Amino acid sequence: MTTTQDAVLPSRSAAHAPPPGRVTIEPVRPSHRWSPPRPVRRAAGPIGTLLLWWLLSAVGVLSPEVLASPATVFGKALSMIADGELPTAIAVSGQRVVLGFLIGGVVGTALALVAGLLRLGEDLVDSTVGMFRTLPWVGLIPLFIIWFGINEEPKIALIALGVTFPIYFNIYAGIRGVDAQLVEAGRVLGLRRWGLIRHVVLPGALPGALVGLRYALGTAWLALVWAEQVNASQGIGYLMNNAQQFFQTDVIVVCLVTYAVLGLLCDLAVRVLSRYALSWRASFEGA
Amino acid sequence: MTAVTTSTDTAAVSIRGLRKQFGERAVIDGLDLDVAPGEFVALLGRSGCGKSTLLRILAGLDSEIDGLVTVPGRRAVAFQAPRLMPWKRVWQNVVLGLAGRPDRALAQRYLDEVGLSAKTTVWPKTLSGGEAQRVSLARALVREPELLLLDEPFGALDALTRVKAQQLVADLWARHECAVLLVTHDVEEALLLADRVLVMDGGVIAHEVPVALPRPRQIDHPTLVRLRTELLGRLGIVEPSRSARPGDAA
Repeated sequence: MTTTQDAVLPSRSAAHAPPPGRVTIEPVRPSHRWSPPRPVRRAAGPIGTLLLWWLLSAVGVLSPEVLASPATVFGKALSMIADGELPTAIAVSGQRVVLGFLIGGVVGTALALVAGLLRLGEDLVDSTVGMFRTLPWVGLIPLFIIWFGINEEPKIALIALGVTFPIYFNIYAGIRGVDAQLVEAGRVLGLRRWGLIRHVVLPGALPGALVGLRYALGTAWLALVWAEQVNASQGIGYLMNNAQQFFQTDVIVVCLVTYAVLGLLCDLAVRVLSRYALSWRASFEGA
Repeated sequence: MTAVTTSTDTAAVSIRGLRKQFGERAVIDGLDLDVAPGEFVALLGRSGCGKSTLLRILAGLDSEIDGLVTVPGRRAVAFQAPRLMPWKRVWQNVVLGLAGRPDRALAQRYLDEVGLSAKTTVWPKTLSGGEAQRVSLARALVREPELLLLDEPFGALDALTRVKAQQLVADLWARHECAVLLVTHDVEEALLLADRVLVMDGGVIAHEVPVALPRPRQIDHPTLVRLRTELLGRLGIVEPSRSARPGDAA
């Protein structure tokens, strides 16, 4: 098979035929074909999707009842900002996230410190948290309503619960991941228990803690979406529920985009914080 | 009978009948050792002979022992890996664990001494292996120890850096006049630096060689070459003898 193909190769190859067992590396010039810059290429997908959406709406394939056109959504967003409806909703929802996040963050951190720093704490806390972790927290909404009523409390409790676990697991893993050799060096240098915790264990757990923070913020916004489906009279979820009654898909999309943007902003903030707080780290930063 | 006591008696280190077991196996079994104040002692031995265990006991990192061990209260250790806290600047690493507020000027003085004046405020990740090891030495010396424990501190350095680091340790020792216990597997290093070279085997100090040569020492000094052959023999390595080479006989 191969031999027959070799025989019919163009004569150019035959003229420069390498000795048997050798291969000639054909020189290739770098192509100078123009290619769009990387950010443009990266933006092409989202913008293309947006264009497709706009096109489908314009030709009538997507009716406004199914999905409002991007132009309508944008206009609606502007008017909702102008009349203060969206900023108010963001403020109310933001307050829920901040409160829930603070409560969950404090509880998660406290549990992680107890379990991470003390062996007794690990025995008592870790399996217990592991047990509660497996509860589907979204499924707890009915119970939370019975316990906390239908006002702000069940919403904040749900967010706090969603935040507790990523904070707990990442800080706990961070503490237990600290290099034992460094702890030993700290002991030799004369650090006592609190000195070791402050100068060795906690800074060593920081990278893990920041991963937990990023994850927890994502969960906080997700929990908010669920929580605001429960009898909200204010907030982004309330706007969405309201819009659903009147088939206002433009408002629904504005609300969804708002959730996404707020989540992205939180993520960005943690990434900036990480870059600053972990500047000592000598780890792989991507090729 | 189990004790690690700290004292300022005549000897810097005094060990009587030290025994250390891991499970059923006794790594150190009835070891006696004295180190005089300001004496530089090198400890050689095959890998797994218990020399690092002995150093850890003297550092206070392992106190599940039998026997009587007396060491100075002010001790410092430099490990094979520098073990700097990556989240602390170089100078903060040097003064870590000292009582009171971190004193940058103090750290600076000792960093000057190891030739790292310019690296005071950098992160440890930017240091080369040799530089990190010098920071580790500065961190040990800032404690003004009466006993400096060195656990193969040059083991991970390349040959050229190692020679410089050895000279630095010799200088620092001459200036600070502390007792030094250097655990190493490098016979030449031991002979170049130490007043006395010990060979550990079977859980005790099996052999002891005083090195009464003036410093700085030359590696090709006849006495040193003779001692080297003797010590390598003790460690189970027989060097090919010169007269056995073909051609030399004629």
